[in-house]
Amino acid sequence: MYSKKVMDHFKNPRNMGEIEDAKGVGTVGNAKCGDIMRMYLDIDENGVIKEAKFKTFGCGAAIATSSMATELVTGKTVQDALKVTNRAVMEALDGLPAVKVHCSLLAEEAIHAALWDYAKKNGIVIEGLKEPVEDIEEIEAV
Amino acid sequence: MKRLIYLDNAATTRLDPEVFLKMQPYFTEFYGNPSSIYQFAQKSAGVVEEARVELASAIGAKPQEIYFTGGGSEADNWAIKAAAEAYQEKGKHLITSKIEHHAVLHTFEYLQRQGYDVTYLDVNEDGIVDLEQLRASVRPDTILISIMAANNEIGTIQPVAKIGEIAREAGVLFHTDAVQAFGHIPLDVEEMKIDLLSASAHKIHGPKGVGFLYARKSVKLSSLIHGGAQERGKRAGTHNVPGIAGFAAASKRAREKMIETMEKETRLRDYLISRVEEEIPFTVVNGHRTSRLPNNAHFCFRFIEGESMLILLDEAGICASSGSACTSGSLDPSHVLLAIGRPHEIAHGSLRLTLSEQTTKEELDFVVEELKKTIERLRNMSPLYEDFLKKEAKEDAPCIAKK
Ligand SMILES: Cc1ncc(COP(=O)(O)O)c(C=O)c1O
Ligand code: FES
Repeated sequence: MYSKKVMDHFKNPRNMGEIEDAKGVGTVGNAKCGDIMRMYLDIDENGVIKEAKFKTFGCGAAIATSSMATELVTGKTVQDALKVTNRAVMEALDGLPAVKVHCSLLAEEAIHAALWDYAKKNGIVIEGLKEPVEDIEEIEAV
Repeated sequence: MKRLIYLDNAATTRLDPEVFLKMQPYFTEFYGNPSSIYQFAQKSAGVVEEARVELASAIGAKPQEIYFTGGGSEADNWAIKAAAEAYQEKGKHLITSKIEHHAVLHTFEYLQRQGYDVTYLDVNEDGIVDLEQLRASVRPDTILISIMAANNEIGTIQPVAKIGEIAREAGVLFHTDAVQAFGHIPLDVEEMKIDLLSASAHKIHGPKGVGFLYARKSVKLSSLIHGGAQERGKRAGTHNVPGIAGFAAASKRAREKMIETMEKETRLRDYLISRVEEEIPFTVVNGHRTSRLPNNAHFCFRFIEGESMLILLDEAGICASSGSACTSGSLDPSHVLLAIGRPHEIAHGSLRLTLSEQTTKEELDFVVEELKKTIERLRNMSPLYEDFLKKEAKEDAPCIAKK
């Protein structure tokens, strides 16, 4: 049911863990199935993501998308990280089964929530970033 | 090949090789249509009627009260829809429980859309229906009570005889979905006052796609499939002769060794449950401790999700199942776990392990070790576990300071 890439990221998750005193931390949940994803970002003074880590309570797809999302945002500027959509994460994983598309939304929203936290802590405005929602069901999958 | 540990016997079982041998001649040798007149077809007709005798005696019924079907779901649908149709003059009220299999629940939902009124009884934390609530729910227009003999997820066995008594006293038909119970625990339609009963072959090392509906002679049973005269004109269609032969062989086999199998499985089940409970922290055991199918163990592990657990167990060669929302397709957690009061996030980490008579202690030891590793690994990934540990640390801090 899952692609090889999904299975690889699920079985060998990249960047799983916490970052102490992270510059941005975001936690999002999904009321549809009850899963939770937390993203930690370490961002330098130039606004470049130095390190990303995650913790996820969820299905195989949720864990794999978290892992892939941390890889995709690492080394990117905050602005570029915003362009890492759930679609981009899914493509990087060679796709997800239809019932699992919402899991990838969790990854996108977790990035946004962590960036929002970073912006708030530093009193900056990140163009195009909206305040994260409590529950990703409020957003439509793209 | 990697070794396979199959602990999903509630989903389906391995066809027993001896049962298979009993089926084989009816594919290639005695392939006649049991409804045909010539002698060659008498072999096929004979084995179907012998099977009816065996299956009837397995539940204390008469052969003419057994109707072959294409499985348990079909028998459930038939029993409920037929009773609703045949007795609608008396009323349109039906009673069932919240923890039935979807073959029963979705049939009742269908009938609700047809204008029937359905009461869904609660169960207690062990998954046992509330008999007082049942008694109080019966109305003058109640025509059917349908309560499963044993639950397919948490393994709880209902007080079937008591339910039968309440139904009989109230003059209401009693149907029981015995798909998980048949061939596993003793059933007797007279002692238990059962009017309709569904069973399926593939849960007892028989073939898939064959089952039966028992309908007491006095029950008005409308036809399920119109066509030929098979099954007293109520379920048309050429018989699945090898399947029916296999069902009877599996039933006979299960019956002969039922006591032995029950004892063996119960011992192993309790060993598994106690090891898991003792060795894996934050574990909840679901289902009744003793009024439970001998082969069923069911847990919730806090802070983790079931699908990821299943995939990791699969990597270790272990076949199991979960009632997690993420595995359900519909993304709803198991209705059974919600009905016994497990909150959403705890229902998430559920695991069902169902043994067979072939399961060994050594296999279970391997499973417990793999389970420990799997759960620890997933908990380390879980933000819920992280929060829990941090909260614990905070609460413990003053005590440590005192020391
Ligand atoms: C309690 C219960 N009822 C009904 C069914 C359906 O039986 P079948 O698969 O033979 O249609 C099952 C099996 O999944 C079951 O466990
Ligand atoms: S996170 Fe629940 S289905 Fe993927």
